[in-house]
Amino acid sequence: MATGVEPRHAATRVERRAEAGAKKSKRSEVSFFNSLAHIALAVWAIVVIAPLVWTVLASFKSNTEIFIGSPFALPKSFGFDAFGRAWSKAHVGRYFLNSVWVVACSTAGTMLLGSMAAYVLARFKFVGNRIIYFMFVTGLAFPVFLALVPLYLVMYNLGLLNTFTGLILVYIAYSLPFTVFFLTAFFKTLPNSVAEAATIDGASHTRTFFSVMVPMAKPGLVSITIFNIIGQWNQYILPVTLMQGAGGDSKYVLTQGIARISTAAGYEADWAALFAALTLSILPMIVVYAFFQRHIQRGLTAGAVK
Amino acid sequence: MRRGKYPFVIGFLIAPVTLYVVFVIYPYIQTFYLATRNWRGVSAQSTPAGMDNFVRLFHDEVFWKAVKHHGILLLVMPLVTIVIALFFAFLLNVGGGTRGGELRGIWGSKVYRVVFFFPQILAVVIIGVIFGRVFSPDDSGLLNGVLGAVGVGPVLFLADPNLALYSIIGVLVWQAVGFYVVLFSAGMASIPKDIYEAALLDGASATSMFFKVTLPLLWDTVQVAWVYLGIAAFDAFAIVQVMSVDQGGPDKATTVLGLEIYRNAITYSQFGYASAMGVALFFLTITFAALTLRVTRRETIEL
Repeated sequence: MATGVEPRHAATRVERRAEAGAKKSKRSEVSFFNSLAHIALAVWAIVVIAPLVWTVLASFKSNTEIFIGSPFALPKSFGFDAFGRAWSKAHVGRYFLNSVWVVACSTAGTMLLGSMAAYVLARFKFVGNRIIYFMFVTGLAFPVFLALVPLYLVMYNLGLLNTFTGLILVYIAYSLPFTVFFLTAFFKTLPNSVAEAATIDGASHTRTFFSVMVPMAKPGLVSITIFNIIGQWNQYILPVTLMQGAGGDSKYVLTQGIARISTAAGYEADWAALFAALTLSILPMIVVYAFFQRHIQRGLTAGAVK
Repeated sequence: MRRGKYPFVIGFLIAPVTLYVVFVIYPYIQTFYLATRNWRGVSAQSTPAGMDNFVRLFHDEVFWKAVKHHGILLLVMPLVTIVIALFFAFLLNVGGGTRGGELRGIWGSKVYRVVFFFPQILAVVIIGVIFGRVFSPDDSGLLNGVLGAVGVGPVLFLADPNLALYSIIGVLVWQAVGFYVVLFSAGMASIPKDIYEAALLDGASATSMFFKVTLPLLWDTVQVAWVYLGIAAFDAFAIVQVMSVDQGGPDKATTVLGLEIYRNAITYSQFGYASAMGVALFFLTITFAALTLRVTRRETIEL
C-alpha cells in the first residue's frame, strides 16, 4: 500500500491542474447556458401571465381607457362598477353557482358510480366482465361530437333538455370511461389480504367496499376526483348542446355564460363588464390552484404518467 | 366469497352501465344509422337517404376546409407544443448544471413549473374569450396596443384568413405547453441521474446530452403527448366557436368538424347530414390512431 502512494499523488496533481482548467471553461459555458435558460423561461412566464394581468387591469378601466391603446397602463381609478354590472346584469354570479351545483353533483356521482364499477371489474370474476370493461374503455377513443345528434334526441325524448338533472347524468356518463379505466387499474394494485380479513370478520361485499377498499384507494380517488372536477367545470360542447332554446339561459353554466357575455359585449360595447366577468371566473381558479397546485398537477397528469 | 357474489356484482354495475349505455354507447351507434337518413327537425319524420348524405358531404366545400384545418392543426400544434415543452422541461430539470457532482434543475424551477401549468386549469372558453380580446384588431387589443405603441400594425390576427387559424393554434399552444412541461419533467425525473453524470464526465455538451440521453429515454412519454395532442387537434370546437370571427370565419377559414356538426345539428336541425359528418370524423380519428401506432412504434430503451 505504501509503495502505491507516491506515483498516485503525482498523477493526481497533474490531473487536478488539467481538471481545474477544464472546470473553468466548463463553468463559464454553464453560466452562459444558465442565463440564456433563465431568459427563455422568464419570457414564457411573462407570455403566460401578461394576458391574465391585462384582463384584470382592463376590468377596472372605462371603455375610453381600454381603447386608448396602452394595454398595461394602470386604470385611473379602481372602481368596481364593471364588476357590479357583470354580476347583476350579465348574471355571472348565477352562471357560477349553476356550474358549482352541476359539477358538485356530477363529480360526486361519477366518483360513486365509477369506483363501484371499477371495483367490481377489477376484483371479481364473472361472465361479461371483459366485455363491460372493454365497453367502458372504448369510450375513451371517440370524440363526443360523434354522438352529438343522437344524444340530443335521447335527451329530447326523455324530456331532459334544459334540465340540471339531464346535464348531470350526461356529465357522469361521459366521465365514466376514464374514471373506470384508471380506477380499475388502481384497484388491481391494492393487496387482497385486508379485504379477505374483512370478509372473514363477516363484512358483506358492500361493507368491505365502502369501509375497507375506498379508504385504501384514497390517493387514486383524489387524483381522479380533481381530474373530473376540472374536466366537468371546463366542459362546453355538452352544455351548449343540451342547455339551450327558450328559457334555457337561466340554467347556463359558467362557460356558456361567458361565451354569451362575450357576444353581448360586442353589441353593447360594454367591454369592461366582459373583462370583469372574465376576472371573476379566473380569480377562484387562481385561489384554488394556489392551495392545491400539487394535487391538481398530479390529478391532471394522472392519465399519462403511470 | 362465493355466497352472494352475483347480486352484489349486478347491484354495483347496474347504475353505471345503464347510464353509460343510454347516454354514450347508444348515441355512438345511432349516429351510423342516422347518417343514412334524411331528417330535418325533431318533429319531422325521417326518410331513408342511403348514401345521399355522404355524397353531399363529398361535394361540400366547407367540409373539406374543416378537414384541411384538422390536418394543419395535427401537424403544427403537437409539433410546436412538444418542442417548446421539451426545451423548457430540459432547462428546468437539467439546466442548473452540476453542484457538488450532482445534477440540478435550474434555480426557481418550481415557480416556473407552477406558472407554466396554470392555463391548463382554465376553461378553453374563457381562454378563447380572453384571446379574442388580446387579438382585437384595434388598439383595445393587447397585441395591437403594444404593436401600435412601437408604430407597427394593426395586425388583423383573426380577421385575416391567412392568419386566423395560426392565431388560434398559438392560443392552443399557449395553453398546452405547461401541461407537457410537467409531464416531461415527471418523465425526466425518472431517468437515473448517473446516466447524465456519466455523460457529463465524458464531456458531453448540453445539446448532445439532450439528443443522446434525454430524448431517447423520454420517447415513450413523447409518444403519449403526441396522442393526446392529436386527439385535441380533432376537437378545437370551443376555441374556434368563441374566438374566431363569425364562428369559424372569416369565410370558414378556421372552421372545424365539431363546429360544423354542431351548426348543422343544432342551428339547422339537419340531423342526418350532421351525423354523416360525425361518421366522417370517426374515420378520421381511427385513421390517426392507426397511423400513430405504426409510425411511433420504435424500440424503447428499458432501464
